Amino acid sequence: MTQLKCENLSLGYDGKEILSDLNFNVNAGDYLCIVGENGSGKTTLMKTILGLQPPVSGKISACGGLKQNEIGYLPQQTLVQRDFPASVWEIVLSGCQGRCGLRPFYSRDDKELAKNNIEKLGLTPLMKRCYRELSGGQQQRVLLARALCATKRMLLLDEPVSGLDPKVTQEMYSLISDLNKKDKLTIIMISHDIEAALSYATHILHIGKSVFFGTKEAYLESDASAVFSKGGLKDVGIN
Amino acid sequence: MSELINTLSLYLKYPFVRYALIVGVLVALCSSLFGVTLVLKRFSFIGDGLSHVAFGAMAIAAIFNLTNDMPLVLAITVISAILLLRTGQNTKIKGDAAIAMISVGALAIGYLLMNIFSTSSNLSGDVCTTLFGSTSILTLTKTEVWLCIILSIIVVAIFIIFYNKIFSVTFDENFAKATGTRANLYNLLIAVVIAVIIVLAMNLVGSLLISALVIFPALSAMRIFKSFKSVTVCSAIVSVFCSLLGILISILASTPVGSTIVAVDIVVFLIFAFIGTIAGRMS
Repeated sequence: MTQLKCENLSLGYDGKEILSDLNFNVNAGDYLCIVGENGSGKTTLMKTILGLQPPVSGKISACGGLKQNEIGYLPQQTLVQRDFPASVWEIVLSGCQGRCGLRPFYSRDDKELAKNNIEKLGLTPLMKRCYRELSGGQQQRVLLARALCATKRMLLLDEPVSGLDPKVTQEMYSLISDLNKKDKLTIIMISHDIEAALSYATHILHIGKSVFFGTKEAYLESDASAVFSKGGLKDVGIN
Repeated sequence: MSELINTLSLYLKYPFVRYALIVGVLVALCSSLFGVTLVLKRFSFIGDGLSHVAFGAMAIAAIFNLTNDMPLVLAITVISAILLLRTGQNTKIKGDAAIAMISVGALAIGYLLMNIFSTSSNLSGDVCTTLFGSTSILTLTKTEVWLCIILSIIVVAIFIIFYNKIFSVTFDENFAKATGTRANLYNLLIAVVIAVIIVLAMNLVGSLLISALVIFPALSAMRIFKSFKSVTVCSAIVSVFCSLLGILISILASTPVGSTIVAVDIVVFLIFAFIGTIAGRMS
């Protein structure tokens, strides 16, 4: 079942086009990795998918019962958040905001959902703790729990492991993989980490000078991977 | 000590002192509620910018000899607030620069207009009062007090009703937008409310010191408390306490109201920062 459809999509900002004629579909249960060089438009694509900015031309549409505001989103951390006085509980609960609509306060269901997601990600002991005192990996898990409150179907992750150490990175990846396999969540992940992309993803979207969309297996055979994955793998090796 | 209490109770017999206390407490409460959001959104200086706009608007009102300048000042300030927060994210002139520009610009134009068209004989005195607050808090009329009470109730009600939305929008605007919260609408709401608070607060501390009323309680609370709710509640309490104490001291010691309140705020901030450091070391 197709959940997200991109047709002849052109992206950019301030009227400048940075990517044109993009076509791809995301089906329920897919694990799509978006890879590409810096500045190739990965984040712009993500913002367009989320409806934060309009496409220059073309169409991006959610289908198969998915509404655009039902996409959970794990953003990169912003400067504001780093010293934000908020408890883990408050942040995770704020993921239910989209469900609230015009209702001013959270319902019992919302709180139950938040509690379940906190438990699912093993954050229960940290519930009362302050967000800014947590480690990078814990903060990522809090934001992931919040994203889970906002969605039951699709999760968008913007470089979820940047700044994490190798052990925590591994935990994060297996967590995401679990969500994909056990909870049947569709995953779209932006990543620099081509090695991880190739070991977890089912589909790859490579953007930049050459554009590729297809399954992981097809990607490994393609030219796009030849240029990028070598450099990418070397980078990983150094890290 | 008993002498102090005697003097105080003597002063409290006068209605204008009671009015000043009521208005002072309400303005402090309102400004501190939204102060937390502003500090976290890196808009600490919006208070400063908007209050200078209000100063400019007052100058215009003075030229036209408007006896009741409140509506005009309010309208101009609200419009500027909307423009400022709208341009906040996606323009060539970024937030801080835009605020600085409007702030200094309005100050200069206001002073210029007052100078050219002044009808008053004591111009520098007039300017000084608008900038640093004046005794005008002690000359409030009953209507003004009621207006202030009603506006404060509305502001507090808006804050409580939209508390969760304000939290989401402050913590992560993009996430809120992406998951279907109308972030722009709430930003607009915050801007309008801030403008109203600032116009209210100008009587109290004057346009130069309003920022202090907005940011000091929030910053103090953030030294110690760790959840959004506790920070908000604490900053409201701190703010009300400081204003109350400030007004009382200024009455007893005949010091200027605005700067006394701000001085108390600074002292409380230092105490909180000290406690915060110690608590941080211990844990």
